[in-house]
Amino acid sequence: MAVAKAPAIEPGQLRATARFRARSQAWTWAAMGGPLVLLLVFFLVYPVGQLLLLSIYNDSGFTLAPYRQLFASSVYIDVLLITLKISLVTTLVCVVTGYPIAYLISVVGKERKATLLFWVLLSFWTSFLVRAFAWIVLLGRNGVINKLLLSLGIISSPASLLYNFGSVLVGMVNALLPLAVLTMLSVMENIDRNLPRAAATLGARPGMAFWKIYFPLSLPGVAAAGIMVFVTAIGFFIVPALLGGRRETMITQLIIDQVQQTLNWGFAGAISVLLLIVVLIVFAAYDRLLGLSTMTGAAAPRSAAPSRLAGPIQRIGDTVLTLLGVISDRILLALPSRRRDRDPDKAGLGLQTFVWTMLVIISAPTLLMIPLSFGTGGLNWPPQGFTLHWYETVLHSPVWTQAFLRSLLVGLGTGGLAMLIGTPAAFLLVRSNIPGKAAWLAFILSPIVVPRMIIAVGMFYVFASIGLVGSAFGLVLGHTVVAVPYVVMTMMAVLRNYDTRLDQAAQSLGARPFATLRHITFPILGAGMFSSFLFAFATSFDELTIALFATGGLNATLPKQFWDEVTLQVSPVIAAVSTCLFIFMGLLIFVAERLRRRAAAR
Amino acid sequence: MTSSSLRVKGLTKRYGDFVALAPTSLDVAKGEFLTLLGPSGSGKTTLLSLIAGLAHPDEGQILVDDADVTHSPAYDRDIGVVFQNYALFPHMTVEDNIAFPLKMRKVADADARRRTAEALETVRLPHVAKRYPRELSGGQQQRIALARCIVYRPAIILMDEPLGALDKKLRDQMQLEIKRIHRELRTTIIYVTHDQEEAMTMSDRICLMNAGAIEQLGTPEDLYFRPQSVFVADFLGESNLLSATVRQVDAQGLDIVLADQTAPSRAVGNGASFTAGEPIKLMVRPQNLHVADAANGQLTGRLVDVMISGSMTRLYIAPEKADMPQLVAAYPTRSSAAPYEIGQRVSLGWNSADAVAIRDGRGH
Ligand SMILES: Nc1ncnc2c1ncn2[C@@H]1O[C@H](COP(=O)(O)OP(=O)(O)O)[C@@H](O)[C@H]1O
Ligand SMILES: [Mg+2]
Repeated sequence: MAVAKAPAIEPGQLRATARFRARSQAWTWAAMGGPLVLLLVFFLVYPVGQLLLLSIYNDSGFTLAPYRQLFASSVYIDVLLITLKISLVTTLVCVVTGYPIAYLISVVGKERKATLLFWVLLSFWTSFLVRAFAWIVLLGRNGVINKLLLSLGIISSPASLLYNFGSVLVGMVNALLPLAVLTMLSVMENIDRNLPRAAATLGARPGMAFWKIYFPLSLPGVAAAGIMVFVTAIGFFIVPALLGGRRETMITQLIIDQVQQTLNWGFAGAISVLLLIVVLIVFAAYDRLLGLSTMTGAAAPRSAAPSRLAGPIQRIGDTVLTLLGVISDRILLALPSRRRDRDPDKAGLGLQTFVWTMLVIISAPTLLMIPLSFGTGGLNWPPQGFTLHWYETVLHSPVWTQAFLRSLLVGLGTGGLAMLIGTPAAFLLVRSNIPGKAAWLAFILSPIVVPRMIIAVGMFYVFASIGLVGSAFGLVLGHTVVAVPYVVMTMMAVLRNYDTRLDQAAQSLGARPFATLRHITFPILGAGMFSSFLFAFATSFDELTIALFATGGLNATLPKQFWDEVTLQVSPVIAAVSTCLFIFMGLLIFVAERLRRRAAAR
Repeated sequence: MTSSSLRVKGLTKRYGDFVALAPTSLDVAKGEFLTLLGPSGSGKTTLLSLIAGLAHPDEGQILVDDADVTHSPAYDRDIGVVFQNYALFPHMTVEDNIAFPLKMRKVADADARRRTAEALETVRLPHVAKRYPRELSGGQQQRIALARCIVYRPAIILMDEPLGALDKKLRDQMQLEIKRIHRELRTTIIYVTHDQEEAMTMSDRICLMNAGAIEQLGTPEDLYFRPQSVFVADFLGESNLLSATVRQVDAQGLDIVLADQTAPSRAVGNGASFTAGEPIKLMVRPQNLHVADAANGQLTGRLVDVMISGSMTRLYIAPEKADMPQLVAAYPTRSSAAPYEIGQRVSLGWNSADAVAIRDGRGH
């Protein structure tokens, strides 16, 4: 209207308005995305860059000495190979055993799905430390397994089940299986249930329908789970340190040694470079084969495989799948008494048995520790007597209570800060037409890709130089860096599902922007925001790698205190702490799940 | 392969306590086009899934050409299904989608290629063979789903609201297409829809379902002219339903009395047997309800609304008796017709041959 009334507008004036508008938009973008970018630049890019630089510069200038040391003997290369071996086997086992679990969850009815999902989530959220500790107890000389084998007469004296490749593998799989399941599940849930049924009406037997239809469609989820598990595994140190012997040393443990014991920053930097290169190669290969965009699972099933996998590979794949289908159907036919009366919608008994066995295996160690924490017989199975002594010890120990309060404080701080800077960034990525969205997103998600250990060591170096070591604030900053990608991802998903016409409707009914935000947007987004807050909180609450260094010996957080104790001695006190942590996390997911469902019901 | 007959006996499906399909029996002849019609949730998809072998019945039998297939798995039944959302395999090209059932039957490659091309020809889409389903429009995907189903000549084809997602124009076109294919292949087709017009135009017979049971099974004419229940009268086309009582039954029809009136009138039966004194509903289709200016008939009312929907003009009339429902009359639109005024008093009438008696007490 105003434009129509205005006398005549000079072209130059128009351009000026346009420029003004562009400038004000740029300011809005900067205000919304700036804090996050600054955080990542100062506490991710700079520290990691510093660490990498340290490997080629020392006091006397440029040097390659650390690298010469790295390749001088086969020691370090061997560690790298062991790391790769453990990570690969872990990935394989996680994907292969996680697949049926995710499959079953994706096909069963609502009620059973909630039950299955609860156990996966409970395991997912239970601290890595608690789970690893539980396996120490379980596999110990007087642990459940040895006692069981003895009583069955399979062995005559306790076997040493700990500190070998097997125990590391069990611990690693327990740690990462839930991640694999949840990643695959996100893809499987989007596969149309009618497709396998359509295949059946077209004459495909169950094996054929699975291998030719369902499996190819679930492949992006398998790939995403594979790379997520592999990259997490390769940067892991808790499990090999607690459950492995000298021969299962992984590369991140070397970095810890260099920083904590020999203070050789240059060498720590060189090992980090090596680790980083391996991770980048893995990602590059993944991108080549499947395209990184499939990692989010979003556009996956429709556009992924066919375009990138060239003709011959596809044909070979097709033949292999057909063969698998034929073989599976032969096996199914050969099985005695196939249930003829069976409802085609019901999952088979074999599948259900397998899934529940796996769920018991990943949940049992933590659960078995609970009775031990009330026992008077130490950590020996079976538990004896009943005492609250260990809990009293924890409650009366200022070290533990302060660690708990500190973790709570840092967790809340991290949750708050991550929401504060992550939410506007998510808004920007979903709602604005900011250029280079994909690149920004990749940048924001990079803290997930870069091995946590490298971030932690780099951060320690930078914190030390500006006096942030041992401060809660520094820890909040560090944890926010690793928690914020999850907040951004969750909030982006929430915002994508949000119908912006509701805002327009509110405004057409007379609500000003702030009132719209207060009465419409936030109440609807509330549940999603709270659950991403919880995610950030839980990430921080369970974070050990950064805390390992950044707490600086004093002012330990709960995981750091746990780690210090458990590396010193394995005691029932730790079982008591584990039980507390387990229950705390259990309540947290219960609340989060409740909220999620309430939001979904709306 | 020739088409087959289908016989369903006492088929029942429960989900917990909920009866999705009450014991249902149904015979479908070779080459017949039978439509399952009914409101959403009436059990159409359930019945179809049971026939296809995608769900397992709690009781009952399914016979194809007198062979019991109740417990055969879907892949052994030789029954084709066109799914509601098409269920095309997104990771296969159109060609591979169509060839899939042939591969499953181990048809030789050359033969499979020829038959795939033929099927594409039949649905008039030979040029999309190399594309992926996501690169097709809704209507094209629909045709491919059809091609994938007819390519292996199943004995019976089931279609679950195959045109539900298409817009009106495309739907009309596809209806003709499906009829043409039915004529050419002479396959037995069981077709599900909730659109009564679609059911009327396409079917040899209609099976109207309500709350998990068959309400009426017959030709479109049967259902339209001789509905067995108020529900059927209401569901198929518009109808005016007036409460009345039977006075006397004879060979030609019935003497009845409208509620709250004394003067008797005549009606025809719907095939059911009536007894004197029985309460009934009298059905008069809108196009058979005559409206006259003179306000002195047996039944009078006030004009509430006039709506012109292209070829037809509808008059909505509130009868002066308060407990009677609003009535609707329809006649072909004419520009020269004297305009009605809202609020005007009118009298209503009909030919007794157009007044159909329906048993009261069932339906809604
Ligand atoms: N798997 C199921 N579990 C529980 N109830 C179901 C299931 N499938 C269908 N129903 C119920 O059975 C009834 C009939 O469904 P359906 O056959 O799909 O109806 P229609 O296809 O006529 O719309 C509906 O009320 C529906 O809620
Ligand atoms: Mg349906």
